[in-house]
Amino acid sequence: MLKRRHSDAAVVRISIDGEQVEARAGESVAAAVLAHTEGATRTTPLSDAPRAPYCMMGVCFECLMEIDGVANRQACMIRVADGMSVKRQQGARSVEGRE
Amino acid sequence: MSLPAFDLAIVGAGPAGLAAAHEARNLGLSVVVIDEQDGPGGQIYRDVERVAMHRAHDLDVLGPDYKYGFGLVESLRASGVTHLAGYIVWQIESGGTVWCSDGSQAKRVDARRVLLATGAMERPVPVPGWTLPGVMTAGAAQILMKSAGMVPGGPIAICGSGPLLLLITDQLVRAGANIAVVAETTSFTDYLRAAPKLPKALLGIEYLQKGLAMRRRIKAAGVRMLSGISELRVLGDEKADGVSFKRGGRTHTVQASSVLLHQGVVPNTQATRQLRLQHLWHEEQHYWYPKTLDNGATELEAVYLAGDGCGIYGARAAEASGRLSALQIARSLDVIDDKNFTLKSAPWLSEQKHHRAVRPLLDALFPPPSDILNPPDDATIVCRCEEVTAGSIRKAVALGAQGPNQLKAFLRAGMGPCQGRMCGLTVTEVMARASGKSPADIGAYRIRPPLKPLTLAELADMDPADMDAE
Ligand code: FES
Repeated sequence: MLKRRHSDAAVVRISIDGEQVEARAGESVAAAVLAHTEGATRTTPLSDAPRAPYCMMGVCFECLMEIDGVANRQACMIRVADGMSVKRQQGARSVEGRE
Repeated sequence: MSLPAFDLAIVGAGPAGLAAAHEARNLGLSVVVIDEQDGPGGQIYRDVERVAMHRAHDLDVLGPDYKYGFGLVESLRASGVTHLAGYIVWQIESGGTVWCSDGSQAKRVDARRVLLATGAMERPVPVPGWTLPGVMTAGAAQILMKSAGMVPGGPIAICGSGPLLLLITDQLVRAGANIAVVAETTSFTDYLRAAPKLPKALLGIEYLQKGLAMRRRIKAAGVRMLSGISELRVLGDEKADGVSFKRGGRTHTVQASSVLLHQGVVPNTQATRQLRLQHLWHEEQHYWYPKTLDNGATELEAVYLAGDGCGIYGARAAEASGRLSALQIARSLDVIDDKNFTLKSAPWLSEQKHHRAVRPLLDALFPPPSDILNPPDDATIVCRCEEVTAGSIRKAVALGAQGPNQLKAFLRAGMGPCQGRMCGLTVTEVMARASGKSPADIGAYRIRPPLKPLTLAELADMDPADMDAE
């Protein structure tokens, strides 16, 4: 889990899998999620293996999460915004959307 | 709204792109800079404005070489370029058209010249367990320090090699992180092999002095440092809980909740590959780099390259190369004549030479270890997206797969969301070794647009004027 050092950037409220969490303006969604939880941020479509952000710069695509209802967004490339809803992605997507 | 045509479109707002933009604007060119991030700086000077504004104490943690980027970023702000920040580039045409999107609407940018300053990425480090949560690249930890003022909770194991590994460790120490071990793959024989390169590197002696000072500070902070390690593995089931490695015939196990991996950086060749530019293989550092002519010119009249995307030399050399490319572009557009070009480029050529001088020494000192390039354990995942292992790639070679593009049909390797960014180098290397060919003969994945995924909605929302061909 990540530790947040002192910052005077504005507080931003987001929800992670329905839980209300405080983050700081300017942080990426991936950073905010890793500061809040340990472990997987998604599981793989093929084998349900646990994964988490790896590169933080948009190249590995391990940080894919559902952000404001849109699946497969790169959480390391998107900054947090007040009221944002973030969800972990579990396994493969079904035809209707997430399982 | 559709944009006017520019003299120059620059892709990437790191040191090379920023310096090129500044130089080109000074010569009176109209310039657009397109960049994925919403602030200028690239990875190296990432979020430097935001840090200065909200976390000034982190400027001390990140150090003077990071703070230096602030001036470069401010020069962009003052230069009057059009800055498309937060735009993903998904296609580049050889004639100078760049297609991009801000996530809601795709856009077309026309320019007489395109400069790709797309920089570098960290080399993939395929060791057993590298896909576990809790493992990230050392560069990722540095990005978190820069962009969010965050450090991994401890204990942290930092494993690999390279100058950046040392720099990031030094920064983490200053940020008060709890580091359990720094385990370096560099060994005594690497030092011996690099020694003959030392005299020429003395031109860039400040780099060597900085490196030694970092090492001293890390040791003085009481951090355990081990060199000459091999057979690195990340331990854990659902997440990382430590690492093991061999050293001097003994196996060490270190408990850690964060594992930071790093084996140097390599050019990000996604865009230059998509343009079908010729790429060469760097024998010592085992990476591809696009072939360039004078000052970043390429075989395509409209396309120029600058910075670490054409070979790894570091931020200050990238800055000089950005300025040289801008001057070369200005000459190609008859904005300056040959005499003026020679005059203006001279200081940047010597600056570039100075900052490049240390590189042959570093390349020899920090070679990527063979078991990272070609994972010996068959079960090690190479392609993270499609979960393709080293063993299955070797098996496909035995069944007749000729190269990376054919491997896609066998195993789907390189066909996941990252489009081969994370496995490309390893796939080339594993296939080369399994078939007894050279990496240059084996080749690399062909890269097709879109360079990054975009939604149909982003395309559908495009300004109709953008869709008309000129
Ligand atoms: S963490 Fe690698 S793309 Fe987001």
